[in-house]
Amino acid sequence: MSTSATAHHDAHHDEHHDTGRNTTLGFWIYLMTDCILFASFFATYAVLFMNTAGGVSGKDIFDLNLIAGGTAALLLSSITFGFAMISAYKKSKGGTLLWLFVTFLFGAAFIGIELYEFNHLIHAGHGPSSSAFLTAFFSLVGLHGLHVTAGLIWITVLFIDVAKRGLQDRTVTRLGCLSLFWHFLDVIWICVFSFVYLMGAM
Amino acid sequence: MNLLGKLSWDSIPHDPIVLTTLAFVAVGGAALFVFMTLAKKWGWLWREWLTSVDHKRLGIMYIILAFVMLIRGFADAIMMRTQLALSTNGGEGYLPPHHYDQIFTAHGVIMIIFMAMPFMIGLMNIILPLQIGARDVAFPFLNNLSFWLAVAGALLVNISLGLGEFAMTGWVAYPPLSGLEFSPGVGVDYYIWALQISGIGTTLTGVNFLVTVLKMRAPGMKLMDMPIFTWTCTWANVLIVASFPILTAALAMLTLDRYLDFHFFTNDLGGNSMMYINLFWAWGHPEVYILVLPAFGIFSEIVSTFTGKRLFGYKSMVYASGAISILGFIVWLHHFFTMGSSANVNAFFGIMTMIIAIPTGVKLFNWLFTMYKGRVRLEVPMLWTLGFMVLFSIGGMTGVLLAVPGADYVLHNSLFLIAHFHNTIIAGAVFGYLAGFTFWFPKAMGFHLDPKYGKISFWCWSIGFLLAFMPLYVLGFLGMTRRLNSTDNPDWNIWLYIAAVGAFVIAIGIASQLIQLFVGFKNKDKNLDKTGDPWNGHTLEWSLASPPQFYNFAKLPKVEDLDAFTDMKEKGTAYQRHESYEPIHMPSNTNAGPIMGLLSTALGFALVWHIWWLAGASFIGLIVAFICRAYASNTDYYVQPDEVARIENEHLDNVAKG
Amino acid sequence: MNLLLTRNLSKVALAALVALLAGCQGGVLDPKGQIGVMEKELIITATILMLLVVIPVIFMTLYFAWKYREGRGEAYEPKWSHSTKIETVVWVIPIIIIAILGVITYKSTHALNPYKPIESEEEPVTVEVVSLNWKWLFIYPDLGIATVNELAFPANVPVNFKITSAGTMNSFFIPQLGSMIYSMAGMETKLHLIADEPGSFRGLSANYSGHGFTGMQFEAIATPTREDFQEWVEGVKASGEALTTERYEELAPPSQYQLDNPTKSHPVEYFATVKDGLYFDIIWEYMGDMGRIDFYGKPEYGAQLPEGVTLPQREPASTTHEAEEASH
Repeated sequence: MSTSATAHHDAHHDEHHDTGRNTTLGFWIYLMTDCILFASFFATYAVLFMNTAGGVSGKDIFDLNLIAGGTAALLLSSITFGFAMISAYKKSKGGTLLWLFVTFLFGAAFIGIELYEFNHLIHAGHGPSSSAFLTAFFSLVGLHGLHVTAGLIWITVLFIDVAKRGLQDRTVTRLGCLSLFWHFLDVIWICVFSFVYLMGAM
Repeated sequence: MNLLGKLSWDSIPHDPIVLTTLAFVAVGGAALFVFMTLAKKWGWLWREWLTSVDHKRLGIMYIILAFVMLIRGFADAIMMRTQLALSTNGGEGYLPPHHYDQIFTAHGVIMIIFMAMPFMIGLMNIILPLQIGARDVAFPFLNNLSFWLAVAGALLVNISLGLGEFAMTGWVAYPPLSGLEFSPGVGVDYYIWALQISGIGTTLTGVNFLVTVLKMRAPGMKLMDMPIFTWTCTWANVLIVASFPILTAALAMLTLDRYLDFHFFTNDLGGNSMMYINLFWAWGHPEVYILVLPAFGIFSEIVSTFTGKRLFGYKSMVYASGAISILGFIVWLHHFFTMGSSANVNAFFGIMTMIIAIPTGVKLFNWLFTMYKGRVRLEVPMLWTLGFMVLFSIGGMTGVLLAVPGADYVLHNSLFLIAHFHNTIIAGAVFGYLAGFTFWFPKAMGFHLDPKYGKISFWCWSIGFLLAFMPLYVLGFLGMTRRLNSTDNPDWNIWLYIAAVGAFVIAIGIASQLIQLFVGFKNKDKNLDKTGDPWNGHTLEWSLASPPQFYNFAKLPKVEDLDAFTDMKEKGTAYQRHESYEPIHMPSNTNAGPIMGLLSTALGFALVWHIWWLAGASFIGLIVAFICRAYASNTDYYVQPDEVARIENEHLDNVAKG
Repeated sequence: MNLLLTRNLSKVALAALVALLAGCQGGVLDPKGQIGVMEKELIITATILMLLVVIPVIFMTLYFAWKYREGRGEAYEPKWSHSTKIETVVWVIPIIIIAILGVITYKSTHALNPYKPIESEEEPVTVEVVSLNWKWLFIYPDLGIATVNELAFPANVPVNFKITSAGTMNSFFIPQLGSMIYSMAGMETKLHLIADEPGSFRGLSANYSGHGFTGMQFEAIATPTREDFQEWVEGVKASGEALTTERYEELAPPSQYQLDNPTKSHPVEYFATVKDGLYFDIIWEYMGDMGRIDFYGKPEYGAQLPEGVTLPQREPASTTHEAEEASH
């Protein structure tokens, strides 16, 4: 928050390298809380998914081809993020930026597909207000989408960071956290895809 | 577009009680403002306290918040008790349902979320890093942010007093009552945002302290060498990170129902209100252990200190706390045995609940056997502990009784239940916090509280508690349910009158707490704690000055025993003078916490009143503030060795003199 | 100081005991029905079992604090902190008590299951209970009558309650007869009670449901004989009022009387006739939107389903309550 110059930004920085480990552990624990947040929404979906109020059920509205495309984009983005991390550990600034950019594109494609799906459903009269099933569906998938969006903003911030200041220790730690976050969202998506889309469409 | 959303002049309540309260708050606030301005203290307050990332100062601010909210919540309590004493025999009393229903909702929310939680987190903040020999918590800025998020929530609850209304749903806010159909006003929205914002702060606290405990213990301190208070706080933090996200989820769903016409919990279109009730208690039950486990830790420290003995059965205590934490997660259904679950389901949850009584009973026995062959000093903290052991046994017993589904079928939601949970939360958690408050006050502030008023406070609380809540047990047996506005059963009257008297006795107890603070401050110079070890303590916090050096430990202590400080005193290694010191790396204070707290308050307020532009602006402001903070460059500094040496020598000279 | 504590506590304990023994007329410790009697016995048994631990703990707390207080020169062993023997005992004693209590709990929970019909020679009376904001509607499907805020049934005859809500959640409770159970919209819960002697009992909602909650009270009358009950039924029929769908829709929202007197109960009303299947309609309004009807307690009106409506059958009907009941 401060605008003052880097008077204290001194040579001792390398001394407290262990704060990076604190950050990583703290982020792990945060991810566990996020996991419980998702679990709550999954549980709610499990309770509500049959309550269609006489309206559509998953079988009627899921377009598996579309979702498979989104899934592929997200899974690929995890791999490309892995490449970004390898570059970051090798201190290759150019490689890191390139792979971050590719990851961003895949992530944005995923969000684009999700927005298209939501928009399509709402215009077809199957918005989240139509039934408890749709409420639970939009919320669970939307919660994941919000996380991915937050991830995209984070990628942008770190992209600028890397571009401007290079791969400082602090930045690499943050890239590590973002990488955990991104892979975590992938795992969550695999659950969403299996339990919501595949089981719903079967 | 309406710039003020739903807000208008009519939003200010016209109730004379509310208006009088507001007038008092306004006068008091103005007086404080004038005083601070005349004394030119604003800059000091901002730089030294509000922006502080020092865990000890944050802890003190948490406890101040807790006391302010205790008074607010207690005002609600005494209004409820007087209303029920005045509205017997079909009388109407002075609080119509519209007002009364807000009061009992606010009382519950405030006492749990904004009194007990800040009190517990405040004590944990001050003491836990000191007990493990750390210089601060793992993430000092997050710690400051957590505090301001708690303040933001507390502010929202209190703003509801003067603008609009608070929820009229009970503190659990069960849908469909809390849905838009039956609660169209802003009350439930205040409830949602106050809990949501402070709850996120609490989650951050949990993460923060877990990392602190796992990564920042002094050299040589294994997990099983951690002081028992640290252990119980750690279990509480495990519960926080595992349960608060469930509250976040439940509140988010209720929000979507109310704001965007979703159908999670509505009656129509397939919503299921039972899901909210399950989610709420999947958080709510662990929450009571979050409150009470640290209190158990405090009692353990106090029993051990004031008997001059090692804690009996330390390992049992650690495992018992762990067992309570884990079992605390599989008992939530006992809050609604009467919802029609099958006999097997009810029996399972009933028996699981009872099993919690086993580790709890073990703890009681361990405290008893710590006293056995000890030297019991009946100082104020020890009085609270003895009072707790006696009264909490009763609360535990009634808890097990309620865990028997067959008994719960007639006692559920009755005043018996109210008596039970006040018995555990007041005589368990609050007694613990007040004991810890007196115990650690000299450590945090450098001087003692006045013991005479401390004792008066203890007796008033204990007797007041018995007078206020034993009649509620009886009323529960007489078939009186909670949340009634008036009664017309002559058999109940006498008990309602006694309970009201009890509330006034507790009021004297709270007043005595404030007087002991006041007298303590007045006689500060006479009651200074110069050695830093006023009670002959066992753990590392007592090895420091009172109040502790701002960097805590000049050199990180080497821990070789469970009672690390006692061990050092016996080996003669306590209070060593060092030839030289290393520079100490410290975090700088930051504006980001209070600013983000303010933005969160604005965000919550805007969402309550549907002031969309403000909501959007403050949300973006929050993100920007967070990113700015993440890239701030002057977040730390070094304390130079000569300054450390000066401070350390001063402390050691004091010890030598003392 | 300790003496004072002991004295205060013993006084309070004594007062509480006297209160419990003497002052419990009309409450759950003064039951007038088989279920309530069993529950009272359960409460007393469980309490005595727990007092076996609680009383020694309270006594030992006060005794140890007194005996080992500073300045008395008792034995002092600052390092004594472990004894396998004592630790075993302090774990084992609560385990034994809880094990006994656990067995009692398992058995009593099954015996007192609110869904379990009461065994009796007598033909039970069925009452459909609907909690409205803020009053109770009682429909007697077999008799074709309905009442508001007054419930009657013969003593010594089991009563089968089927319970739902038209709005917020309430809890149907007659303290002197025993168990309560929630009423929830779109769902049916069940409760089985019996009165062992005639009398008039207070009934109420035990779950807060909004401003008029205090007034959600009703009178439950157990008539001495079936004939007396029949007389009461005739009285209801004499009112001549019909509870049609339209009349119900008038009745369901908060009444003007209660809006004016928020803490008073809505006056008793009688209906000589009731629209067939009204109770089903009330549940079905919301239950129709649910997937697994069985899970939410299917109302027993299969024959009277509204035209064009069929109960969705996604799952084999072997879930929860009904299977439970079948096994009894």
